[in-house]
Amino acid sequence: MAETASGLSAASAQPARGFRSALTEARPVRIVLIALTVLILAVFLVLPLIIIFVQALDLGLGQALATFQDPDAISAILLTLLVAVIAVPCNLIFGIAAAWAIAKFRFRGRAFLISLIDLPFSVSPVVAGLVYILLLGPFTPVGAWLLEDFGVRIIFAVPGVVLATIFVTFPFIARELIPLMQEQGTGDEEAALSLGASGWQTFFFVTLPNVKWALLYGVLLCNARAMGEFGAVSVISGRLRGETVTMPLQIELYYQEFRALAQVSAFSMAAVLAGLALVTLVIKTWFEWRYADQLAAAGKGH
Amino acid sequence: MELRVVNVRKEFDRFPALHDVSLDIQSGELIALLGPSGSGKTTLLRLIAGLEFPTEGAIYFGDEDASRKSVQERNVGFVFQQYALFRHMTVAENIGFGLKVRPGSSRPPKAEVRRRASELLDLVQLSGLEKRYPNQLSGGQRQRVALARALAIEPRVLLLDEPFGALDAKVRKELRRWLREIHDRTGHTTVFVTHDQEEALELADRVVVMSQGRIEQVGTADEVYDRPASPFVFGFIGESNIIPVSIRGGRILIDGSELALPGTALPDGPARLFLRPHGVVIDPTGGGGITGKVVSSRRHGALRRVEIAVGDAGHRIEVDLPAALNARSLGTVSVQPQHWEIYPDA
Repeated sequence: MAETASGLSAASAQPARGFRSALTEARPVRIVLIALTVLILAVFLVLPLIIIFVQALDLGLGQALATFQDPDAISAILLTLLVAVIAVPCNLIFGIAAAWAIAKFRFRGRAFLISLIDLPFSVSPVVAGLVYILLLGPFTPVGAWLLEDFGVRIIFAVPGVVLATIFVTFPFIARELIPLMQEQGTGDEEAALSLGASGWQTFFFVTLPNVKWALLYGVLLCNARAMGEFGAVSVISGRLRGETVTMPLQIELYYQEFRALAQVSAFSMAAVLAGLALVTLVIKTWFEWRYADQLAAAGKGH
Repeated sequence: MELRVVNVRKEFDRFPALHDVSLDIQSGELIALLGPSGSGKTTLLRLIAGLEFPTEGAIYFGDEDASRKSVQERNVGFVFQQYALFRHMTVAENIGFGLKVRPGSSRPPKAEVRRRASELLDLVQLSGLEKRYPNQLSGGQRQRVALARALAIEPRVLLLDEPFGALDAKVRKELRRWLREIHDRTGHTTVFVTHDQEEALELADRVVVMSQGRIEQVGTADEVYDRPASPFVFGFIGESNIIPVSIRGGRILIDGSELALPGTALPDGPARLFLRPHGVVIDPTGGGGITGKVVSSRRHGALRRVEIAVGDAGHRIEVDLPAALNARSLGTVSVQPQHWEIYPDA
C-alpha cells in the first residue's frame, strides 16, 4: 500500500492518504475479511486436527501407542499400505499413458476420454463401490465365473478393496500431468526424435524429466487419497475385521464401540492418518514451489 | 546431399496444405522457403525432415527415396522455431544428446561425446557455457546451442524453422551473418523457413517463394526481385503499386485512356499493372509513362515519396522521387517506371 501510494503521489500533488491500488479495499474491510477467513480456517481445519491429537492422547501416550498392538489395527495398517502400493503404481502408469495421449495427440473421442478420466471425481464413491458389487459380486456371471473357476473372490475381499481404490484415485495423476504436458507441447519430443532417439529414449530422457515434479505431486495426492478412501472401500469390503478393513474403516469400527479405550484407538489411528496427511502437505507444498518454477521456465530443472 | 521433392501433396484432415510441390536442391546450397503464414513453407520443411509424411509424391535424399523413412533414419539436423532445447539438461548434454542415444555399437564413448560437444560450442562461439542450463542463456545463445545440437549428429541436411523469428532485430542481423559463415564453413545443404523477405534475400543462395500451398517461384534474390514470375511474387517481395488496367490490341489502357508504356503481348481483357515505387524517372515532356496528379508528398528516408492519382477513377500510386524535388509544385506529373509488369486478371 505504502509504496503504491507514494508512487502515485509523486505523480500528482495530492496527499498520499487518499490513494490505494484499484484492486484493494479500505483497511476496515480488509481487516474484517481477513479475520473472517482466519476464523473459518481455525474452526473448520485447525481445531479438528488438534482435537484428533488431543483425543488420541486422552488416556496418555501409552494407551495411544497400545492401539498399534491390536492385531486388527496392525492388519488394517498393513492392508492400507498394500492397497496404496498396488493402486498408486497402477494409476501412475495409467495416468502417464492417458495424459500423454491426451496432451500430445488429437484423436476422435479425446474429449470423451477427458470427461471419462474425471468420472471418479463426479461419481459418489459409495456408488462406485456398489457398481463393482453389481458387476463382480458372487451372484453375477463374471463374479461367479471367477469364484468357481479360479477361486478368486473380488467383492468382500482384498481385490475388491484394491479395485475400488484404483477407481477412486484414477484422475489424480492424469489430471496433474495433462495441463503441464499440453503446455509443453510436442516440440521437445520432435527434437529428440530428429536427433535419432527412439520412442522409449524420447520418453525416458525427455518427456518424463519434463513432468517429473508434476508427476511426484500427482503420486503424492493419489497416495493420500488411496490411504484415506472410505466410501467405496466401505461398501465393497464387507468390513471383515482383520481381513478387508483398511485404516479409515478401522477408525470407524473403533469409534462405534463406545468404549473409552476404543475411542482412544480410533483417534490414535486417525492421528496416524492425519500425520500422514500433514507430511504429504509439506512435501506437496515443496513440490509445488519447485515445479511452479519449472512451469515458469525460470527454475533450474534440478 | 542433394534433395529432391517430387510432386508432393500434403493434406491435414482433408485440408490441403501443399498442392503438387516439386523442388530440386543442390548439394551444399543454402535455400530459403519464403512465404506468408499458411503458405505451407513449414509443412514442406517438416516433410523433408520426416516429421510429417506426404499424402502423395516422394522425397529423395540423393538417389534414395526417403519418403517412407522415419525422421531418425533420415539423419537430418532440425532447428526448431522455439529451439526445443531440453530444459533439464545442460548445454553440453543437449549437444551430446544425439550421440548419447545412438545404439550401442555406433555410440561414441562419453569422453568423445564431451569432446565433440565442446568442439561444436567453439564453432558456435559459446565456449565455456557447457554447464549452463537453457534458461540461463539469452535467446541468441539458445539459438546457437540448438544449431550445435543439430550439427552434432553429422546430419545429411540442415533444416531450420524460422531460425531467427524469436529474436530481436539486432541479434537477428548478427546471427544471419553468422549462419552464412557456418554454412560456408561446414558446407551442409541447408533449408530454412522464413517469412522475412529481407532475411531470405540476403542469406539464401536461392529463394523459394510460396503461397497457399504452392511454389510461386524459385530463384536467386535478383531473379525473384527483378523478374517476379507471378503477381503474388511481385506483390510479396519488395514494395509495389497495383493499378487495374485493360489491354486492347497490345496497348495498355487505364479507364479508357492509353498509358505511354511499351506494348504487351498479352491478350485483350482486364489486367493489373504492378510497378515498384523506386527507380521512377520523371518525364519532363509530360507525355510519357504514367500521368497523374500529385496528391501528397512525404519525406521517405533519402527520397521523397509522392502519391499520384492516376486515371479518371484516381487510382493512387506511390513513387519515390529525389528529395530535392518539390513535388507539390508539379501539379500534374508524368513518371516513367523502370520496374513494372503486367499480369492478366485470373
